[in-house]
Amino acid sequence: MKTTAISIRPDSGTKSFTLLGYGVMAIITIICFVPFWLIVAASISDEATILREGFKLWPRTVSLDAYRSIFQGSKALLHSYLVTIFVTSVGTLLALLLTSMTGYVLIRVDFPHRNGIAFFIYFTTLFSGGVIPTYILFVKYLALKNTVWVLILSCLLSPWNIFLMRNFMKSIPYSLVEASKIDGANDLQIYTAVMVPLSKAGLATVGLFIALNYWNDWYHASLYITQEALYPLQYLLYRMLSNAEYMKQAAAAGIFLDTVSLPSETLKMATALVVTGPILLLYPFVQKYFVKGIMIGSVKG
Amino acid sequence: MITPILVYFIIFAYLPMVGMWLAFTKFDFRLGFFKSPFVGLKNFQYLFKSGIFSRLIRNTVLYNVAFLLGGNAAQILCALFLSDLPSKRFVKISQSIIFLPYFISWVLVGLFSYALFNIDNGVINTIFRSLGLSEYNFYLKPQAWPAIIIAIQIWKGLGYGSVVYLSVISGIDQEIYESARIDGASKWQQIANITLPMIKATFVLLVMFNLGSILKGQFQLFYQLVGNNGLLFNVTDIIDTYVYRSLVVNFDIGMGSAAGVFQSVFGCILVLSVNALVKRFSEELALF
Repeated sequence: MKTTAISIRPDSGTKSFTLLGYGVMAIITIICFVPFWLIVAASISDEATILREGFKLWPRTVSLDAYRSIFQGSKALLHSYLVTIFVTSVGTLLALLLTSMTGYVLIRVDFPHRNGIAFFIYFTTLFSGGVIPTYILFVKYLALKNTVWVLILSCLLSPWNIFLMRNFMKSIPYSLVEASKIDGANDLQIYTAVMVPLSKAGLATVGLFIALNYWNDWYHASLYITQEALYPLQYLLYRMLSNAEYMKQAAAAGIFLDTVSLPSETLKMATALVVTGPILLLYPFVQKYFVKGIMIGSVKG
Repeated sequence: MITPILVYFIIFAYLPMVGMWLAFTKFDFRLGFFKSPFVGLKNFQYLFKSGIFSRLIRNTVLYNVAFLLGGNAAQILCALFLSDLPSKRFVKISQSIIFLPYFISWVLVGLFSYALFNIDNGVINTIFRSLGLSEYNFYLKPQAWPAIIIAIQIWKGLGYGSVVYLSVISGIDQEIYESARIDGASKWQQIANITLPMIKATFVLLVMFNLGSILKGQFQLFYQLVGNNGLLFNVTDIIDTYVYRSLVVNFDIGMGSAAGVFQSVFGCILVLSVNALVKRFSEELALF
């Protein structure tokens, strides 16, 4: 506890360890930061300089052309922002409601089938039908292709989040549930009046995990969305990058394509930043919730 | 209250299991699930005979082992340093930045790797040129990718994993260290004899947890880094990318399903047997 109380002079081993620690961590930190810096630097560079000299960590000429063309031109980006915001907010709220209800049911000791249900949920992490059957179910039998609902439904519930929520709720004194029951509250009232207000921290943490997952999802869009108006942000970015690459290869192979419509390198970088922006802006404020969630989630049980 | 959740899992998790039937058919989208012709084990036979399977399984397993060992080693190293450095300010900033890659989408990671490795204006080739070295076209060189893929996976998971280990290390009773110091144990001895044994259980648990999913690949990582670049498939194709391509690019539903069924069935058997094995040695470490 009070390591400072007995101050033992650091021996040479401790000193060299600390020195090594600073060195190694500084290098690792820089490696984690450089790619972000690179994108920022490239997005404010001047296109001609990049084409002539390549990406530089320190742009010699600064130009905001890329951002200007993003905010003037593309309706597509605005559309995708709306799609992503809709999917993220509706999906997160729905997922939080269902996840917390499940967590609540799973901690009620007087509910007879809770172990059976916990296993029923857990089993889906062990064994799954796979991508293709799920795809055919969504497309052929539920007819959800090209709807926002497919994006919401496919990441709605995860066993991991359910068990994380349950672990949070387990830390609430169970006597409160029993006391409210004696006071005549029914199961739903206990959930809304006792559990939800008391698990705010848990809801925030799990909600952030869910929201991040929705925001960063491009994979389900690549399977189910073919209409440009419904592209979420990450998929829009992905399409832009892969189309540019495809056109470049075609041009190298001698196939004539209209290269004017090719997005410039700076535009790619600026779009990437605009698409990731909200995460980077919120990151400093929400990071502690994630740390908390990981700590609780990593505890077995 | 639990009904909607049960319905969700029945429809979206249990119903697709029935769809494994597809692996035994020559699927035709117009005929649908029930009327497509049954072909028995033909899809599996083809996958095995053509050598596709052995390549997919080799790649998937080897990458996962590398991710697991490399990832945990790097995370433990970070946690050891972060828990011990005296400057709290440095630790805080460093931890925040290391955690950052966890939050970004794989699409952005793909863009990072493009900005680093592409031949025309990638950072590495720009540096090579300024040093007078010849260009290196990464996207034509299969041998370069295993190292790149492993490094990027470790990079992205470093923040998350080191938080897990940090939480374990911070739970160790400080008095143990204090008495060790009084007994004259050096820093290195303290790490080797106190910290590492204390985090062993977490390490074993994480390894086990991941051993079960050793046949499941990091689809998004591979797809965003190398996409459908056929030149690199020999070293970058894993089961998940094969299944995805057979659905989206080749429309070969039967073959893709067969690979998926194999993955799911053997993955499940693997988890159950690893768990049973661990249970024999220590009841505590078993998952269930």
